[in-house]
Amino acid sequence: MPPSDPNEDAQHVMSSDKAAVSRALNLVEDRRLESQARVAALLAALKDAPKAADGHRVGLTGPPGVGKSTLTSVLARSVRRRGLTVGVVAVDPSSIRSGGSLLGDRARMSFDPTDAGLFVRSLATAGEVGGLAYAVNSAVRVLAAAYDMVVIETTGVGQSEVDVVDVADTVVLVIQPGSGDVLQFLKAGIMEIPDILVVNKADQEELARRAVADLQGAIQTAQAVGAAGGQDADWQTPIVATSATQGTGIDALIAALEQHRKHIQSSLAARRRQGEVRWVLDLFSRKHGEHGVSTLGGPDRLEALAKRELDGGQTPLALCEQLSRGYVAALGKTP
Amino acid sequence: MAEYGKRERDKPWIMRTYSGHSTATASNELYRTNLAKGQTGLSVAFDLPTQTGYDADDPLARGEVGKVGVPVSHIGDMRALFDGLPLDQMNTSMTINATAVWLLSLYIATAEDQGVDHHVLRGTTQNDIIKEYLSRGTHIFPPAASMRLITDLITYTVDEVPKWNPINICSYHLQEAGATPTQELAYALVTAIGVLDAVKATGRVPENEFGKVVGRMSFFVNAGIRFVEELCKMRAFVELWDRVTRERYGVTDAKQRRFRYGVQVNSLGLTEQQPENNVIRIVLEMLAVTLSKDARARAIQLPAWNEALGLPRPWDQQWSLRAQQILAYETDLLEYDDLFDGSPVVRAKTQQLVDSAWAEVQEVLKRGGAVEAVETGYIKQKLVESNAARLRAIEAGEQIVVGVNKYIEGAASPLTENLDDAILTVDPEVDASQRAALARWKETRDSAATDAALAEIERVARTDENLMAASIAAAHAGVTTGEWANALRQVWGEYRAPTGVAGATVKASRSGAAAETIGRLRKRLDALEERMGRRAKLLVGKPGLDGHSNGAEQIAIKARDVGFDVVYEGIRVSPEQIVASALEEGVHLIGLSILSGSHLALVPEVVQRLRDAGLGDIPVVAGGIIPEADADRLRAEGVAAVYTPKDFELDNIMSDLIDMVDRQHAAE
Ligand code: B12
Ligand SMILES: Nc1nc2c(ncn2[C@@H]2O[C@H](COP(=O)(O)OP(=O)(O)OP(=O)(O)O)[C@@H](O)[C@H]2O)c(=O)[nH]1
Ligand SMILES: [Mg+2]
Repeated sequence: MPPSDPNEDAQHVMSSDKAAVSRALNLVEDRRLESQARVAALLAALKDAPKAADGHRVGLTGPPGVGKSTLTSVLARSVRRRGLTVGVVAVDPSSIRSGGSLLGDRARMSFDPTDAGLFVRSLATAGEVGGLAYAVNSAVRVLAAAYDMVVIETTGVGQSEVDVVDVADTVVLVIQPGSGDVLQFLKAGIMEIPDILVVNKADQEELARRAVADLQGAIQTAQAVGAAGGQDADWQTPIVATSATQGTGIDALIAALEQHRKHIQSSLAARRRQGEVRWVLDLFSRKHGEHGVSTLGGPDRLEALAKRELDGGQTPLALCEQLSRGYVAALGKTP
Repeated sequence: MAEYGKRERDKPWIMRTYSGHSTATASNELYRTNLAKGQTGLSVAFDLPTQTGYDADDPLARGEVGKVGVPVSHIGDMRALFDGLPLDQMNTSMTINATAVWLLSLYIATAEDQGVDHHVLRGTTQNDIIKEYLSRGTHIFPPAASMRLITDLITYTVDEVPKWNPINICSYHLQEAGATPTQELAYALVTAIGVLDAVKATGRVPENEFGKVVGRMSFFVNAGIRFVEELCKMRAFVELWDRVTRERYGVTDAKQRRFRYGVQVNSLGLTEQQPENNVIRIVLEMLAVTLSKDARARAIQLPAWNEALGLPRPWDQQWSLRAQQILAYETDLLEYDDLFDGSPVVRAKTQQLVDSAWAEVQEVLKRGGAVEAVETGYIKQKLVESNAARLRAIEAGEQIVVGVNKYIEGAASPLTENLDDAILTVDPEVDASQRAALARWKETRDSAATDAALAEIERVARTDENLMAASIAAAHAGVTTGEWANALRQVWGEYRAPTGVAGATVKASRSGAAAETIGRLRKRLDALEERMGRRAKLLVGKPGLDGHSNGAEQIAIKARDVGFDVVYEGIRVSPEQIVASALEEGVHLIGLSILSGSHLALVPEVVQRLRDAGLGDIPVVAGGIIPEADADRLRAEGVAAVYTPKDFELDNIMSDLIDMVDRQHAAE
């Protein structure tokens, strides 16, 4: 197949053409050197997509098995009923020595296959360090250009493999009644307080009530020890009880999402920029370590540089490549 | 006690043949001839739409109507099924689960029409919906709703149909999904415990009558080829059930604590290669459940020699029935007391199984019980892992299977000279005629009455009243299976069960030929990734209503282990969904697995829909019970390769799949 025109591809993505979105996602996953220019061109062409600016990127994260995929499924259906379109990227941590993976999240989602306004892609984090964090970031940009809401499902608590904070406008931490260790992490301030907390599997009301109360306590303790309250101090993290299997609490979750989206409206651009900066630095230091960072002048200088470049229109991925080239060049000079 | 060899013979077990196909009328004929052959009980196989709550006119029923069993949509079908068979004299076993409440209601309504009082009915509804999530795959609703259906049926029959076995707790299907003897014991027991606890929680059964419920519980068990161990497993079942009923439920009447069970012997181990050998396997397996009098089956049904080829013809089933009759009537088995009482060997093995199973029972209870262990996927994953270990051992030649991985050479069998005629084929016209008949039924009934009956079903489902009365009324009113199930879907929604594959790990050998092969396959996929820029991605799909998941699961795991990114969405996915997933996931290859016989309808449909979606380039392979003539047709329609049970070497399949992705990439 002859290589396609990135601008044309981008147009198709922006018009939510599923086949084009799928091709674009395939492309951003492509790690061949010769594909990088095309990836950069595509992402650049998608940068100012109207949907991307107005849309909402929601990160759903939490311990294994708490119901994130099931919740994503009911959430997406509810959002669709409100007339908005949804793109989902489910990041699967099942990484084994073979390099292969079993992508299981999709199995828990049930959608109308003929719905043009809903798209789900699974991504494996298998492979070398940072290898896929890389595709996730780009995948989110592709989906954000095509759909009103992007949901990123990742598994993990605190230090997850993909830092969902870097790519999401709103971070939702999902737990279930009895997730005691999460409470401990929160209390001890090991973990950032998310923008929204969900207690899923609230089918048993008594258990759920207790879990919500425990969480409230944990957040208070966390705030007392001075844990970071999400990304801004004047947001009070709501706690929503849901049952993904019974479909309860979903309206409350959507309301909380809308509220948070409104709350960050004025700071959204800066917030996303900050996430991109963090993402670039993260990826760069995972690839090149302390030495890479110090060679390019230390974390502060690197951060300033990244911000400047991104403000100037560079895409994160291309910037990362640029930094890598800079580092390799600098290595060549130091004996 | 009379002198050995001279005393009165024991009464033989009930001999059944699991059957039903095409239409109610055709199956009725089959039942009459089976009874004439000396079969002593009826065992009804329903088709997949009936089992999963759809009528023949539902798009999801495509290709499945009348295939693996009889379609029963309404009381008219049920009347035709038992035409001329007086229900007060029948002992009818119905393999029905998610829709058991409904099919029993149709049966009762039919009996009432025959002028038979429902109190005298005898028979069994399988009604173990828990194992559907784990193995059999005909569940509809979420586990809590299923448990409610189970208990509604039990608490209704305990007084209203006192000779009915309201539930058959099934360990049979667990072994068919890979369970070891310990797992089979443990997971059947935790299911029974879950059910009895749930019955108790309804508060419908007075404390002093609870023993009656316990006494009606029966089991449906498997017997594999390691028949000494299996014999001990049955004895372990007897002991453990006695323990559970005594200690957990305080049942004092020993009769109510008896472990009553029926059997179907192992079918998973029956082979496509040298299929005549299966008769010997079947007979040996039957010994496990008949030899010890103290743990003897009450009812037995046997698979047939051509199990892995397709559906058995009446003659094939007759051959298996004859095996039972010879054991029961020609041999002296039934003249003796228990043969193994006092055997230290049997005692020790039994004890070992009792202990290991009890430990696993405790583990599941600690995790919250059967329902919880279904929802979290704990049990399912264990089964998938055991099955993988079994397949790996066969592939590596560590577990011998005669005619498969050893003693392969031999004279050609006259039985398999014409393979396409060696199985039962169902007339594809059945689908259309059943749909037409259904349309007539819907036209001629009183629709005001059915609407009211359905509204009542929905109302009752939202309360904690028993659904049986409303269902029997609906049966009389002419409601259909699909309508009954849809009314409940409105209330409870549907449920997709955990697949057990994502976390499943397989112990692989680190050195030797097998490890080398894996290493080679991995290197090839790594190299392919370098060239394609992305890892090869495989979609494993199970279109239609088919619940046979073993093959798909094992292919998925193996593909992951050699380095594919694998998307597997579980059973019962529509062709549309498969195509949507292929598109959104950007896969390089699609593998469809179909064992229920609907491949000729479903595989070409997926292929066509892929073309329509512009994905005609993606290679599609199919696997399952696919007769050679059908495989030719599928290949002619563009399927890249077809695999059947004889392709037991998964490494070879993987190698093919990598070739296909490779070729496709080279062509682009
Ligand atoms: C095990 C089994 C079951 C288990 C299934 C457990 C599970 N979770 O899978 C249980 C007991 C639940 C079951 C139930 C039923 N079964 Co059944 N079952 C079998 C049995 C004995 C073995 C199948 C199996 O698992 N083999 C092991 C796996 C690993 O092999 P496999 O799936 O064939 O896969 C291999 C190849 O085919 C190929 N392959 C398969 N899929 C794919 C996919 C890809 C991508 C690739 C590359 C390769 C590939 O590679 C694999 C490796 O060798 C077969 C008969 C037989 N011996 O084959 C009957 C059989 C399939 N069952 C049959 C029937 C009728 C039923 C029922 C419908 C009966 C009824 N009326 O209720 C029920 C209902 C099931 C449902 N919901 O659909 C019939 C189907 C008849 C037909 N095709 O015309 C068969 C053929 C038995 C018979 N002769 O009557 N069954
Ligand atoms: N009772 C109950 N079970 C739920 C609920 N939500 C999800 N589950 C069940 O929890 C199990 C795990 O659900 P998933 O959606 O796969 O959870 P997940 O967090 O995405 O899991 P991973 O991606 O594997 O980390 C499944 O069996 C679901 O049916 C709920 O609200 N109530
Ligand atoms: Mg998930």
